[in-house]
Amino acid sequence: MGFLDRLMGRVGPASDASGRVAKERLKVVLEYDRARLTPAQLELIRDEIIAVISRHVDIANADVEVKLEQGGRLVAEIPLGRAGGGGGVTGGGGR
Amino acid sequence: MDEQSQRAQVFTITSGKGGVGKTTTTANIGVALARRGRTVAVIDADIGLRNLDVVMGLENRVVYNLMHVVRGVVDAERALIRDKRVPGLLMLAADQHSDKDDVSQEEMVQVCEDLRTHVDYILVDSPAGIEQGFRNALAPADRVILVTTPEVSAVRDADRIVGLVEAAGKPAPVLILNRIKPDLVARGDMMTTADVLDILRVDILGVVPEDAGIVAATNRGEPVALDASSRAGRAFHNIAARIEGETVPLMALDEAEAKGFLRSLSNLFRAGPDGG
Repeated sequence: MGFLDRLMGRVGPASDASGRVAKERLKVVLEYDRARLTPAQLELIRDEIIAVISRHVDIANADVEVKLEQGGRLVAEIPLGRAGGGGGVTGGGGR
Repeated sequence: MDEQSQRAQVFTITSGKGGVGKTTTTANIGVALARRGRTVAVIDADIGLRNLDVVMGLENRVVYNLMHVVRGVVDAERALIRDKRVPGLLMLAADQHSDKDDVSQEEMVQVCEDLRTHVDYILVDSPAGIEQGFRNALAPADRVILVTTPEVSAVRDADRIVGLVEAAGKPAPVLILNRIKPDLVARGDMMTTADVLDILRVDILGVVPEDAGIVAATNRGEPVALDASSRAGRAFHNIAARIEGETVPLMALDEAEAKGFLRSLSNLFRAGPDGG
């Protein structure tokens, strides 16, 4: 189906058609369903990860992302704060 | 009925979400298999919310129901109602006045066991949901037919069923994608069969187009498969053929049409540098 997908992407109008949106939303919802996780739990996990790691290094709290990726992978992205950032909570973690 | 050496296979038709066409699907597969000369018992396992009898137009002929069989009032074979329009088609109604908890999984298994030597196929119409009624319907199943429509909520619930069927140690369900609207698919406003299969990762048993004829047929209590010339009717006959091991291509009503359209576009791109 890769060919068709690519084509759909190129053709343009179809890429934001509601059928495609439905599929993408479903994929996300089902990742949570299958992992028996809720977005709220994920938020809690994120907060706890921040608490643990910030005991050791300065991290850019606001930019910490914990997400469930396709195939049931829990991924945490933790940008470090600027060196000497003086405990800045919203340090500029790139991006 | 002739005593047969072969034992019937039990197919449970289920969906998770209500209102996606389980009962209509059960009735029509029953009709289509019977039209192929098979003896088919269709069982309404939706106790308390009986529907299969009215969908099949047999509501006035119900004497005994599933509960009578479970309680030993009558043999399973004698409780079956013969559909006079289609030789070989038999129906066992649900009890409208009992509760789903009044039947156990063991009892459902036993009812099907009793019928296995009398018919070629047993189709169990499961209630919606994932509670006791669903588990009762699942218990006797050799195969599970999962019905869904190409909608986010229905597919999400179907995914839950896939997990529960697996957890019950049954073979993975096969999918019937119901109420596809080719015009919506063509303009990208409905998920395609490929989309749904990609998400649920199950095999496809059939695709059934949205068909106003089904509404009219159900109003009259005449399953649409009685008219094999209708589009939906043909879809059910194709499904019956696949159940019997025939290889029948999927009806050309979504991807094929969309692809045909895209393929003509793709020819424009073929000339492009990456020659995809």
